[in-house]
Amino acid sequence: MLILECPYCGVKAEETELSPGYEAHLKRFGPGSTDEEFESYMFARKNPKGVHFERWRHVYGCGKWFLAARCTATLEVFGTYPAQTSEPPADLVAKIKAKRPDWKGYK
Amino acid sequence: MSTRLAKGGRLIDRAASQEFSFNGKRLKGYKGDTLAAALLANDQMLVGRSFKYHRPRGIVAAGPEEPNALVNLGKGGRFEPNQRVTTTELFEGLEATSQNHWPSLEFDVGVVNNYVARFLPAGFYYKTFIHPRPFWKHVFEPIIRQSAGLGAAPKDRDADRYEQAYAFCDLLVVGGGVAGLQAALVAGRAGARVIVLEQTAQFGGRAVVDGEVIDGKPADDFVAAALAELGSMSNVTVKARTMGAGVYDHGYVLADEKVADHTPGDGRPKHRLWRIRAGKILTATGAIERPLSFAGNDLPGVMLAASVRDYVVNFAVSPGDRTVVVTNNDDAYRTAIALKEAGLSVPAIIDARTNVTGELPAKARALGIRIEAGRGVAKVLGGKRVTGVSICLQAGEGAVIDEIACDAVAMSGGWSPVVHLWSHCGGKLTWDTTNAHFRPDAARPPLNHDGGAMVYAAGIANGAMTTAAALADADAAARAALEALGIKAKAGKVPEAATVVEAPMEAVWIMPQGATPALKAKMWLDYQNDVKVSDVQLAAREGYESVEHTKRYTTLGMATDQGKLSNINGLAILAGALNEDIPQVGTTTFRPPYTPVTLGALAGEARGEIFQPLRRTPMHGWHEKAGAYMEPVGLWRRPYTFPRTGETHEQAVHREVINTREKLGLLDASTLGKIIVKGPDAGRFLDMLYTGVMSSLPVGKCRYGLMCNEQGFLSDDGVVARIDEETWLCHTTSGGADRIHAWMEDWLQCEWWDWKVYTANVTEQYAQVAVVGPNARKLLEKLGGMDVSKEALPFMQWADGTLGGFPVRVYRISFSGELSYEIAVPASLGLAFWEACHKAGAEFGAMPYGTEALHIMRAEKGFIMIGDETDGTVIPQDLNLDWAISKKKEDFLGKRGQMRNHLASPDRWKLVGFEALDGSVIPDGAYVVDAGVNANGQRNVQGRITSTYFSPTLKKGIAMGLLKHGPKRMGEVVEFGTFKNGVKGTLKARVVDPVFFDKDGVKQNV
Amino acid sequence: MKRYSVFAIAREALRYHTGWERAWRSPEPKKEYDAIIVGAGGHGLATAYYLGKNFGITNVAIIEKGWLGGGNTGRNTTIIRSNYLQDPSAAIYEKARSLYETLSQDLNYNVMFSPRGLLMLAQTHHEVRGYLRTVHANALQGVATEWIEPARVKELVPIINIDGPRYPVLGALYQARGGTARHDAVAWGYARACSAMGMDIIQQCEVKGVRSEGGVVKGVETSKGYIGCKKLGIVVAGHSGQVADMAGFRLPVEAVALQALVSEPIKPCMDVVVMANTVHGYMSQSDKGEMVIGGGTDGFNNFTQRGSFHHIEETLRALVETFPMISRLKMLRQWGGIVDMTGDRSPIISKTPLGNCFMNCGWGTGGFKAIPGSGWAMAELMAKGEPGPLAADFSMWRFKEGQFIDESVAAGVAH
Repeated sequence: MLILECPYCGVKAEETELSPGYEAHLKRFGPGSTDEEFESYMFARKNPKGVHFERWRHVYGCGKWFLAARCTATLEVFGTYPAQTSEPPADLVAKIKAKRPDWKGYK
Repeated sequence: MSTRLAKGGRLIDRAASQEFSFNGKRLKGYKGDTLAAALLANDQMLVGRSFKYHRPRGIVAAGPEEPNALVNLGKGGRFEPNQRVTTTELFEGLEATSQNHWPSLEFDVGVVNNYVARFLPAGFYYKTFIHPRPFWKHVFEPIIRQSAGLGAAPKDRDADRYEQAYAFCDLLVVGGGVAGLQAALVAGRAGARVIVLEQTAQFGGRAVVDGEVIDGKPADDFVAAALAELGSMSNVTVKARTMGAGVYDHGYVLADEKVADHTPGDGRPKHRLWRIRAGKILTATGAIERPLSFAGNDLPGVMLAASVRDYVVNFAVSPGDRTVVVTNNDDAYRTAIALKEAGLSVPAIIDARTNVTGELPAKARALGIRIEAGRGVAKVLGGKRVTGVSICLQAGEGAVIDEIACDAVAMSGGWSPVVHLWSHCGGKLTWDTTNAHFRPDAARPPLNHDGGAMVYAAGIANGAMTTAAALADADAAARAALEALGIKAKAGKVPEAATVVEAPMEAVWIMPQGATPALKAKMWLDYQNDVKVSDVQLAAREGYESVEHTKRYTTLGMATDQGKLSNINGLAILAGALNEDIPQVGTTTFRPPYTPVTLGALAGEARGEIFQPLRRTPMHGWHEKAGAYMEPVGLWRRPYTFPRTGETHEQAVHREVINTREKLGLLDASTLGKIIVKGPDAGRFLDMLYTGVMSSLPVGKCRYGLMCNEQGFLSDDGVVARIDEETWLCHTTSGGADRIHAWMEDWLQCEWWDWKVYTANVTEQYAQVAVVGPNARKLLEKLGGMDVSKEALPFMQWADGTLGGFPVRVYRISFSGELSYEIAVPASLGLAFWEACHKAGAEFGAMPYGTEALHIMRAEKGFIMIGDETDGTVIPQDLNLDWAISKKKEDFLGKRGQMRNHLASPDRWKLVGFEALDGSVIPDGAYVVDAGVNANGQRNVQGRITSTYFSPTLKKGIAMGLLKHGPKRMGEVVEFGTFKNGVKGTLKARVVDPVFFDKDGVKQNV
Repeated sequence: MKRYSVFAIAREALRYHTGWERAWRSPEPKKEYDAIIVGAGGHGLATAYYLGKNFGITNVAIIEKGWLGGGNTGRNTTIIRSNYLQDPSAAIYEKARSLYETLSQDLNYNVMFSPRGLLMLAQTHHEVRGYLRTVHANALQGVATEWIEPARVKELVPIINIDGPRYPVLGALYQARGGTARHDAVAWGYARACSAMGMDIIQQCEVKGVRSEGGVVKGVETSKGYIGCKKLGIVVAGHSGQVADMAGFRLPVEAVALQALVSEPIKPCMDVVVMANTVHGYMSQSDKGEMVIGGGTDGFNNFTQRGSFHHIEETLRALVETFPMISRLKMLRQWGGIVDMTGDRSPIISKTPLGNCFMNCGWGTGGFKAIPGSGWAMAELMAKGEPGPLAADFSMWRFKEGQFIDESVAAGVAH
């Protein structure tokens, strides 16, 4: 039963208030992209056992989508941040690096 | 025999006698008794039969670890199987019956299994019942099923209700013994929000039973003072009869409060399930005593030593007149002493240790009790009740030295901390060699959301095995938890407990050490599931060497006590068989709940009408009064049809169709999704969302639109109206409103976050009435207030105005092919407007119609229905909806997906109509067969039905469906595979245009 | 291998069962094998078994990080059915179901396949149409299912509440030869048979890397050293992504938690398996008498084998509503498994970008029922290097083509 802090309304949201949205920072490929690009956008997933960046919506709260960095093996939450960004904030990445020296990084 | 002592009993009220029954026998107990205590007081030691061999079983323990004494409790709507007598509080009129036997508890035919037990070792069923093949299902399995299973299945609906409640705290203390109370005091005094849970009705744990002395006073005084102080703190909640059931991630804890188990039928909920979110969790859950493995250790009358003490001290019940104590530690001497002090006989203490020193043995000796050091039990004598024990050298192979007559055996194999809650979320354990048990490893706790420790173990649950150590440990654990929470604890002194010096215990896993196979086949590890030492050794011998394999192969620890008594002993036997150390073998996984929780409590109050939230349109009540037959559509319920007296549903639907086609039908369309999309970039946004172009839609006009997912598959459709320069209103399907609104927000927030667009789901803000049929305009004109003529309001336009005094927005759209207006009014006026339509429409033949008539009329017109013609694999092109897909737009959601090979293939199945050659209705879901079979031998198919109805208008069966190259095959006759009542058949049908009725739209364009 | 029989038990009983041999050997790995299977769960062991039985390939090692059968094989709700809608699914699940019919005899190990019948309740008109479609599809696929009316549902499941106020039962899709089996026994039976064929089951051996040369697999680095192989089969369910990563490719797979629970055992009260998909719950009664209950998955990536309570709550709410008499039973144990979900929720049995390396994964929530069929198809793929008809449609490249095998279409039932 996760708790994630919504970066918009500041509420420590209970999992039942949230709606999950799987991997974050996917780059959309539309017409003009190759089959491989489109496939990777739609299907290929990092699915890491460890640090994961993912989407959540505070659906029974403020209604905003936000992003979270979470460990899929321990469920530790490193931080949450607004969805309007194409990559994780640098301070969060640094924080994760400090906690998980073996982590290969975001890319 | 077991009996009630003349005096004593901490918990019973001798002035309050309570009558109850067991197997129909009327018996008496006292207020404060558990059912177990009351049964023992009435010399009812035999209470059940074991799972596999149906051996007679008596009460072993005094708490939730009890494996044997499970009964059927109550009757009718309050019947409950598998109730543990040791945790059931006695109440007046309690009715219990024993389980798992036939015909009676005393004489059980199933015991035949016991006599052939030798042929039924662990896993025997994997090795036999293999031939002949049908025998497993028809002969062997039914016998095994009947023989297994404990209590009877309830027959009635539960007469009780259950409640759920939420609670939040900084520190959750699980366990109301002295350690838990001390931790709560530390946290409470620091101002932290604290909740304390105690699974029984009493606080104090073992300390109060064992007469511990804290700060120079009886432990009872400490407990009373602690409860008084905690009770005075507004930041502390103390809950008795509440079991901490499970620890889930991020500090989430489930607790089961037995509110009215002991007062059934008093109107209160039976249980209340607490859903607690705690900053930190402190487990002061104590320890559970382990049995010893000697032959015949499962006979009724063999009990845990401390439990015997519980019965004597708490309930003044003696399990036997002559009790032999068998032990490998000093603690069991307390039992001997307590029995002796209660005036009972203790013929001997059999201690596996050769060197017995220490204060407690000295005291026992002083009381004149015979101590047999270095000895073990060779065998317990007796059948349905212990009659004696034969003793042997612990170091030997079981040669009998002596026999001692007795009617009870109190055994102690040491103590195992209750580590369940610590372990639920991955807390690790460490093996403590001194005490031969696993205890929490503080260095590897379960982790919280922030990566810090989530659970702190305290007291005996943490391996601090004396009262003094437990108090100090709990105090320290509470302070550590508070520090981690950022709450400053107040300085304070740890209460001091007088300590009795105990000599170390000695791990004894088999008694005697060199027991023969015959003896090992009579040493029970898991009493309920009938798993013996020999079974675990067999598993190891056969290669089931992981602890999980052994557990599953032998069913060790899989009974209703989940191995509370058997796990460590079984593990030790396994380790011995594998020649490995116990910690190397490891434990099985601890899973919630700690003790079983009633399903009703987990399900909560959502039953019957309130099973799920019900969405009602403003006209819902009217429909119900009109006798509508409703169908669930998402959380809505919509009228399927409005049958009249004597009509079948089918007749009613046909009447509704004909009436609407010929006169006037009224449909409650309020469930239709309505989403406002507004802003400078709204048009651009809708152009991405829909396959068609919405930005070019003129104000005042309507346009049909399709939405696809990124795969390209059709996901929703509806009419879009342009309200003003920056505002569009998007209609969605009834089931799709919330999904589509979320879909819009997803794209706006996560992909095009710089676009200035706002959305609002106003589905419930408006009631909507479809006025349909040749008389539709007449009705609106009679209501009056605005011009609804063909000229003023042509097809696919909308207008605001008033009708009959109601503020309305009228959309001239049609899903039936008839002259049709969909009229939106504010929800609060919905019912009044609906009634006004009926009143004014009476002279024009107005009738309400339901969803089935709606479906038939749209099918007659060849209109697609999301969910019927689509199923998540259909693209708009399949439905010949290319006209609604913009060729000019560079991009829209789904466009790229539709370019993939399989979706762009010319061989896709496409929408056509079908008419059976015999005019019948083609069965729903039927497939069009093709020649031959595929590589897997399956009949080839080339199409399928998507919608099929009897058309009341055309008086014949009509169908829509998908067919390979369909539109190019008009007029062709194809064959459907049909399957009804188990009979396969075929049906020939002609491929036709899917528009069966009024193809030119004459009726709607008037 | 000494055969199991009632006579063998009688013989052993006389010597207190001291003469039973190991069900499977516990060997050290050889330097090289013709084929290595990573993962000794049901699917991996079945793959090895059919490699030996159907293709005579017995120089095989099955490498397992933990203990054989210790993953999802041992933590599912044991349902076996093949009433699938799409042809490729129906083919492989029906193959599996039919192999289950004789598996005890084939393996000389009683896996307790119990074709006690399986019902999928229709509780909306939409669901009714979906199941009618399935019945028609199944009839042409050679899968024996039928549509039954509410009265027959009540006859088969006397404890069901067919007149619930919110979702009355409108009928059901019935597969009379669907049912359950003893999950652990399936793994153990295959393991014993593989070992008897001379295959090495190497437990407690973690794969750390995949070695390849010129785009072709050469072997695996493990915690017990390097082991060479001519062919490699990766059959590791929830950890497919991790092992694929070692082999140098990415999968369309996400790992999520699926939870289940059992009640305390009671005397027999329900013979068939019932799935209620509108309200999200399914239930059967084990031979031990426990009600075995499952529901939906969590919606986030999770490798902990723990799930969130609200899914359990939702499932129980649905089942207490459907079977009111279970309200006073008690939950004995709940647990979770890690399931690997693909983009269309159907499995992958496929060649991979790495030569001679084959993948079997993505069984999601429905893997147990497929074990024999999955092993059969995977063995054929590994032996021949090309998929046979059972596996042909389950290629990992189907997503690029948009050629999904989507089972959720009929009535929202994935697996």
